[in-house]
Amino acid sequence: MSRNRIVIVGAGHAGGSAAALLRQYGHVGPITLIGDEPYLPYQRPPLSKAWLKGEAGEEALQLRPSEFYDTQSIVVRRGAVAAAIDRIAKTVVLSDGDTLPYDTLILATGARARSLPAPGADLEGVHALRTADDAEALKAHLIAGHRLIVVGGGYVGLEVAASARALGVEVTVIEREPRLLARVAGEALSGFFHAYHGARGVRFVLGGAVTAIEGADGRAAAVILDHGERLPCDTVLVGVGAIPNQELAAQAGLACQDGVVVNLAARTEDPAIYAIGDVTRRPLPLYDRSFRLESVPNALEQAKQAACDITGRPPPAPETPWFWSDQYDLKLQIAGLPFDVDHRVVRGDPSSGQFAVFHMKGDRIQAVEAVNSPAEFMGGRLLIGAGRPVSREKLADPAISMKEVAA
Amino acid sequence: MAKITYIEFDGTEHTVDVRNGLSVMEGAIKNNVPGIDADCGGACACATCHVYVDDAWRDKIDKASAMEESMLDFAQGVEPNSRLSCQIRVTDALSGLIVRLPQDQH
Repeated sequence: MSRNRIVIVGAGHAGGSAAALLRQYGHVGPITLIGDEPYLPYQRPPLSKAWLKGEAGEEALQLRPSEFYDTQSIVVRRGAVAAAIDRIAKTVVLSDGDTLPYDTLILATGARARSLPAPGADLEGVHALRTADDAEALKAHLIAGHRLIVVGGGYVGLEVAASARALGVEVTVIEREPRLLARVAGEALSGFFHAYHGARGVRFVLGGAVTAIEGADGRAAAVILDHGERLPCDTVLVGVGAIPNQELAAQAGLACQDGVVVNLAARTEDPAIYAIGDVTRRPLPLYDRSFRLESVPNALEQAKQAACDITGRPPPAPETPWFWSDQYDLKLQIAGLPFDVDHRVVRGDPSSGQFAVFHMKGDRIQAVEAVNSPAEFMGGRLLIGAGRPVSREKLADPAISMKEVAA
Repeated sequence: MAKITYIEFDGTEHTVDVRNGLSVMEGAIKNNVPGIDADCGGACACATCHVYVDDAWRDKIDKASAMEESMLDFAQGVEPNSRLSCQIRVTDALSGLIVRLPQDQH
C-alpha cells in the first residue's frame, strides 16, 4: 500500500503530528492535511501561557516550519472545511464542493469551546480560548487596569488568570462548583491554586452561576450571578470545557459516544478510518475503561498509534496519560487519572509551593499531581505505568527520595 | 547560527544549521530529525527530548537546572552526559555540537 492516499481532517497538534510521523515512518504516498483555520499546524498550549504574556512569538507556536510541508510533500489545505465523508466512495467532500479521494482517512477534528448558556454570551467582549485567533482577540484586551472576568475555574481559566495578572489586569474568576478544578483535580490541589492565585490578586466567586452577561453599546459590561450580584467588567473569558467535533464522524455512521470511538490502534470501526486527539473516546488499558482525553500527550500518542498501524510498524508502547499546566512560577504536572481512588497521600507541604498529591487505590498509585516537583511526577508516572505497589509511608516522607520510593 | 549534528540511535547522522536562540530540541523538530519527541513543546515537563551530549561539548553548555536534573533522573537510559535538549539554547559558540539520541523517548 505504498501509494496509499492519506487524508487527514484537522490540522491541529494531532493531525500535524500524524502527517510528520507518517513520513518519518516511511510512508511515501500522498498526504493531504485539511484544516479549517488559516494557519499551518501550531501548538495550542502556549496560547494561554507564554504567548498570551507576549513571551513567545508566532514562529515558536508553529509545530513545523512552513518549508517542512513542501520538503515532505505534505499538502496542507488551509481554511478548508470537511463537510461530509462518503465511506462507500472513500471520499471527503469539502464545503467548497471539492472532493478528495482517500485510501486511509484520519479524523483529527479536535474539540471546540463550550459556550455559556446565558443571555449575552454572544456579546462583543465575550471570548473563548481555543485557537490562535481567539488568543489574538483576547490578548488585545488584556491591558493593565482593565477588568477581566473568567467564567470557569478550570485549567484554561486559571492559566489565563495568571497570564492576565502578569499583565496587570484585574481578574475575577467565577466557578459554578464549590471549588476550582473540580472536574479534573483533587481537593488539595484546588485549595492550593485558590490560595496561590488569591495571594496574587485574583478574586474568586465559587459556587456562583452566571445567569446573564449585560451589555452596554453592544459590548459586555457586567456579569450577573444567580444570587443577584452584578460584577462590572471590560472583558469576559468563558472557559467551561470543550465539546468534541464528532459531527463529521457521526454523520458518516461511525460510533460516537462523547467522542469518536477508537481502539488502541486509533482505528474506528471502519478499517480505513482512524481518529486521533481530543475528538476520540479511546481505551485506557491501565484503567480498564474508555475515556476522552483532552491533552497534547494524548494527541501525540494516538498520532503515533495511527501512524504505526498505517505503516505496518509494531504498535508503540502504551503510555500513562499525563498533562501539564504553567501558572505564575508554578509547574503543575499530572500523571494518570484518579479513578477508583480510596485514599490520598500528600508528599511535601503545599504552603511551600512544592508538593505532590498521590491518588491511591490500595497500595497502587492511580494518579499524581505534582507542583514544582518533577521527581514526584516522573517517579509517579513510572510507578503508575508499571502498576507496582508502593509503600504509603515512604511516599509520604519527603526525606526519602522518589528514586528510593520507586526502586 | 550553529551547525549541530544529531546522531540517531541507529547511527544515522543529521547535520543541520540551527539559528541562535532556538533550543537544540527545536533545531531537531524544525529539521524533522527523528528521535526527539518533545511532547510538551519545550516546557521542561516531559523528558521526551533526551539527548547525550558529546563529551567534548559537555563543559561548553550551561549546567542543567534542578528541574531538568530531576526530570532526567527518571528518564530511560540516563548517563552523566544526558540532557534535555529543550533546555540547551543555541549560540554561535555551539557550532559543531554533536548530540546522540536514545533508542526511545518513552
